[in-house]
Amino acid sequence: MKAVSSVVLLAAIGITCIFTAPAFADELVVYSARKEHLIQPLFEAYTKQTGVEIKYITDKAGPLLQRLKAEGKNTPADLLITVDAGNLWHAASEGLLQPVDSEILQENVPANLRDDQNRWFGLSLRARTIVYSTERVQPEQLSTYAALGHDVWKGRLVLRTSQKVYNQSLVAMMIAEYGEEKTERIVRSWVDNLATAPFSNDTRTMEAIVAGQGDVGIVNTYYYGRLLRENPDLKLALFWPNQEQADSGVHVNVSGAGVTRYATNSEAAIRFLEWLSSEKAQNLFADANLEYPVNPRVAPNPEVAAWGTFTPSPFNLIQAGERQGQAIRLMDRAGYR
Amino acid sequence: MFKHGLSGTAPARGVVPSFFRRQFYDGWRLATLVIALLVIIPLTVVMVSWFQPAPDIWRHLSETQLGGLLRNTFWLVVGVACGTLLLGVSLAWLTAICEFPGRAIFSWALLLPLAMPAYVLAFVSLGLFDYAGPVQGLLRDWFGSSRWFPDIRSTGGVIAILTLALYPYVYLLSRNAFATQGKRMLEAAESLGCSPWRAFFLVILPMARPWVAGGTLLVIMEALADFGAVSIFNFDTFTTAIYKAWFGFFSLPAAAQLASCLVLLVFIILLVEQRLRSRMRFTEGRQSAAGERILLQGWLRWGACGYAFAVLTVAFLLPLMQLCYWSLGAFQKEFTSRYLDLVGHTVLLAGSAAFLTCCCAILLAYTSRRHPDAATRFLVRIANLGYALPGTVLAVGIFIPVALLDNVLIDFCRNLLGFEVGQLLQGTLLIMLLAYLVRFLAAGFKAVDGAMHRVTPSIDEAARLAGYRGLHLLAKIHLPMLRGGLLTAFTLVFVDVMKEMPITLMTRPFGWDTLAVKIFELTSEGEWERASLPALTLLLTGLVPIIILMRKSEE
Repeated sequence: MKAVSSVVLLAAIGITCIFTAPAFADELVVYSARKEHLIQPLFEAYTKQTGVEIKYITDKAGPLLQRLKAEGKNTPADLLITVDAGNLWHAASEGLLQPVDSEILQENVPANLRDDQNRWFGLSLRARTIVYSTERVQPEQLSTYAALGHDVWKGRLVLRTSQKVYNQSLVAMMIAEYGEEKTERIVRSWVDNLATAPFSNDTRTMEAIVAGQGDVGIVNTYYYGRLLRENPDLKLALFWPNQEQADSGVHVNVSGAGVTRYATNSEAAIRFLEWLSSEKAQNLFADANLEYPVNPRVAPNPEVAAWGTFTPSPFNLIQAGERQGQAIRLMDRAGYR
Repeated sequence: MFKHGLSGTAPARGVVPSFFRRQFYDGWRLATLVIALLVIIPLTVVMVSWFQPAPDIWRHLSETQLGGLLRNTFWLVVGVACGTLLLGVSLAWLTAICEFPGRAIFSWALLLPLAMPAYVLAFVSLGLFDYAGPVQGLLRDWFGSSRWFPDIRSTGGVIAILTLALYPYVYLLSRNAFATQGKRMLEAAESLGCSPWRAFFLVILPMARPWVAGGTLLVIMEALADFGAVSIFNFDTFTTAIYKAWFGFFSLPAAAQLASCLVLLVFIILLVEQRLRSRMRFTEGRQSAAGERILLQGWLRWGACGYAFAVLTVAFLLPLMQLCYWSLGAFQKEFTSRYLDLVGHTVLLAGSAAFLTCCCAILLAYTSRRHPDAATRFLVRIANLGYALPGTVLAVGIFIPVALLDNVLIDFCRNLLGFEVGQLLQGTLLIMLLAYLVRFLAAGFKAVDGAMHRVTPSIDEAARLAGYRGLHLLAKIHLPMLRGGLLTAFTLVFVDVMKEMPITLMTRPFGWDTLAVKIFELTSEGEWERASLPALTLLLTGLVPIIILMRKSEE
């Protein structure tokens, strides 16, 4: 039984490894799918202001939800921060978040950017809009998302992959607006117009347009903002589609947060959430990524404001979650990769 | 197959009955069983998913994408396996046996791409060679068009990238084989009238098969489980379908079901390979003396040099230069004192995981040598399956039972002992290390087992006569002879753990970010330029053990 000694050795290694202390009362534990470099400055500011320590872990939304589910009522997490309304909707519908009754949040976050039962709240707004080459496209040629399927754009459209949740939410909201049949026709017409296979991210999409591989595309505005910072002479511009139509508008999405169902420290989590939606924090939150604040009393960063104002789509973002599966199926059928 | 009378009982015929016999469990087999259990638990979690059928997702996939992605996966695996075999074996042969200008440098330099994660190579190559990249831009400036330039975002492009990222596995393992036995075999074959070319295919290559096959199997498993590189290329494979089922349809059961198909496939491949090999015996008594190398003549000299240089350039030098160039721009924005922490965590985790994995690999290799019966072989094979699972799926497979156990422990303390505790297991390094062990045991085992096969049974017999048994035999006789294989195993696992993302993301304790985590955060935001700094740091850190390995193996 000499192998037992090696097992003992392994166990010894293991025991010395256990040193992470469990989470206790006066600190806040955050699970975040929003990346560290975008949230860490906020945590720091909050700690400085209130003395509340914040522990956090980042990961993709899917694994974080699974983690919360597996941990059940013993989860150390108090707050879940994630991007995309679809993810937030799933977290809520799987019972991982608790309703929060807060007047401050109700006041700071517009109704279409939060859950109808107040289980999650949008904290920053991102617009997914049309980007075009200023060298080869006149803005007058553009009108709606659907019009990108017209024959004028044959071989000129560049898109990001349908695997990305931003496109899934865009199509889900289109289904909410137009119905499934019409949306599928639109998506098919996009696919017919593609200049090249879809890219894995928005930045590549825009670089392809700059290089002349295509002329128009659909991207989140903050990616455009980043490119513009690197190169102020960028030969690209944003266009706000669906502005002429009643009950329509630019597709917007949020990054947001909700208090976990079994939070040990839900009071502190709510207070932090309220702070995040306040005038003080909103600019910090949104500007870190060149997004729009959700709080209507807070003006966006001047860099962002320079892109002009737009009417957002009035549909509640819950649709993005409810119809996400439907949207993916639709895109698969339409051959949008 | 070894039948040299080391084990007291005759090899059992059936797998299942022997598990129930008491005399089956000596210490070695018991330890093997424990290691196999570590793999079996997450596999069970994956298999249990079949009790939650997800017919609508399967129907949807089979109606739309399944055909395409099976085709993609098939060509990817075949292409990458052939590509890495071709590159790995030919380069190993050239640097181990032949002599040409620059051979001494190439023999270690060709291993450097091992430190280059496939996802980094993927985003760097896309940045360089895609339509919007500088290469095609230059071509357009010169010729007005670059339409004729091959599209890198294609099946061929993905195969090329994964081949370049993964060939070092085959190179490393086959080079070991050639270096220790190739020359002597070649001389023997030549003395019997074989031309070197014929001797290579008739004698050398078949003799090196366990190592070549071991390397190729690792490559196949890596290619099957790869998500990072293929998703950068937006190339649909079986693994991307797993992610889609989970993150898109939010159906973990469907994702796990798809993953279990992948495991089954790899199990069959392993089984077939084992079956084909089991009738052969590969041992080599003496290490071959470092004799004369084959002096390549004429154009072959420079051809070999040019070939090795070309591979090194596209797989390593070019991406390295691009990373350096991007890093210069990103340095001010990205570099903080936290980088030291990131490097520290990365090295500590990779080092301890590699150590643990090596210990277990020795244990497995020795047990399967001591007990060459079907049941033990089965256990060992199971223990090697973790490499085939996509990291995220394995991470969940580990996380769910750990969380379950934690909840039981917490409730136990609360209800019976009357005090509150936090999570005891979860978010500890122990769980993280065990998860790495499950994932990378195959990589360590292949190298150690390969080396173990070089120890002839007659050595064991001699040692037994001299009174060495059990742990003593292992420590005093085998370990010194396994040094090369162990060093290889340590390096492989070390570098693999450094590059690993999903398990690190899911099981790391608070604050334990690594370089790979940083790369994930930046690349998933599309910030490839900023990700180049952690990528470069990762690459340089990974080079250290590789260079040590090459130094030692040259001695």
